[in-house]
Amino acid sequence: MRSVPESTVLASEYFESYSVVGLLAVVGVLFVAVAFGAGRLLRPVVPTPEKLLTYECGVDPVGEGWAHTQVRYYVYAFLYVIFAVDSIFLFPWATVFAAPGYGATTLVEMFIFLGFLAVGLLYAWKKGVLEWA
Amino acid sequence: MNDVLDVALRLLIVFAVFMLVPLVVGQAEHKVMAHMQGRLGPMYAGGFHGWAQLAADGVKFVQKEDIVPAQADRRVFQLAPAVALLPYLLVLVAIPIGPGEGAVGQVVDAGIFFVLAVMGVGVLGSLMAGWASANKFSLLGGLRTAAQLLAYELPMLLAAASVAMAAGTVSLPGILNAFEWWWLPWQIVGALVFFVAGLAELQRPPFDMPVADSEIIFGAYTEYTGLRFALFLLAEYAGIVVLCGLTTVLFLGGWHGPLGADGLGWVWTLLKTAVLAFVVIWLRVSYPRLREDQLQKLAWTVLIPLALAQIALTGIVKVAIN
Repeated sequence: MRSVPESTVLASEYFESYSVVGLLAVVGVLFVAVAFGAGRLLRPVVPTPEKLLTYECGVDPVGEGWAHTQVRYYVYAFLYVIFAVDSIFLFPWATVFAAPGYGATTLVEMFIFLGFLAVGLLYAWKKGVLEWA
Repeated sequence: MNDVLDVALRLLIVFAVFMLVPLVVGQAEHKVMAHMQGRLGPMYAGGFHGWAQLAADGVKFVQKEDIVPAQADRRVFQLAPAVALLPYLLVLVAIPIGPGEGAVGQVVDAGIFFVLAVMGVGVLGSLMAGWASANKFSLLGGLRTAAQLLAYELPMLLAAASVAMAAGTVSLPGILNAFEWWWLPWQIVGALVFFVAGLAELQRPPFDMPVADSEIIFGAYTEYTGLRFALFLLAEYAGIVVLCGLTTVLFLGGWHGPLGADGLGWVWTLLKTAVLAFVVIWLRVSYPRLREDQLQKLAWTVLIPLALAQIALTGIVKVAIN
């Protein structure tokens, strides 16, 4: 059996904490299942066609339920995806950037990173993308 | 055997907190709103100042007929409330209320990451409900929810990243172990950004346009009744608890307080969380609803630049003091 350095954390140990999270998820699913099951036993079931009609302020629904609508914010969606993927990288970096041996260099790197984000944002702003189309 | 008992006890406590504290917040909202508007609020149920009103509401909800519209996408429609609710239960397990292993459901090493990722799942419930209802109001509500998602998620991430930088760790207890009182002024901008973005995530006034009752009935929840509707409401209040708890832990120093013995740290956490929950209710009474495009503008031209500035400030100060 090979010896493992003390500072090394085995993946199995690392993920042990998530087993409790997993158990809690099971508890949550059980809660919902029991609640829905109990609800089924407790509530009346008297469906009529009128009850099952789509609600549209009391008048008969017009056309299909899944209506056409204009999505006015798809450019925001692009911006959001780009920025969100970028900012995820901040977290692993945040844990080490001030560690001994990094210091000023990492700080400059951070400003380059922030500069990219800021220029992107300013560009989008200037292009008028941040207006509701 | 002790391990099993220990884990079972922790799960039980987290679940009890998840079931009870949102109701306390809900009742507080009834009462605080009422008094701010010169009313009394519920006074009958349970006798003393209507304390049992929400329990009575729960009994009513369980007895109501469960309607799935004939046009709806049945399975998705029925599952949506569970998807909206359960993420908040999972987040609660990682929030520490006091120092040490005993005062947190489970120490999750990648705390901030875990919490933000899981919280992000909850909004899927609203999107599922909005689409599956096959109702025009629900669809509009769902689209507004999606638009809102693009506005709040990024400032929230960036503000949380600033705290992770300050502490040099992403573990929630680790952040609190590193906390010093002067983080409060240092991180105040990030705290405001995080809290405002959190309000938008919870669809609470002034950011309640996805459920705007005077415009689109009740948004994505229009077609829901009974127990499923109650679960959506519970998700909203559990969300308030989680948001206020997280803001407390990340920005307000959690169990640290100006005075009090070591054993009383959890009192500080609960006190700060309660004050923030009060602020959430207060804002509902005080501010009119924004339009969806006004929120986008607020997020992209105010919150995100502020969050980026906070990250720059955090980086400079952190490297300077090292």
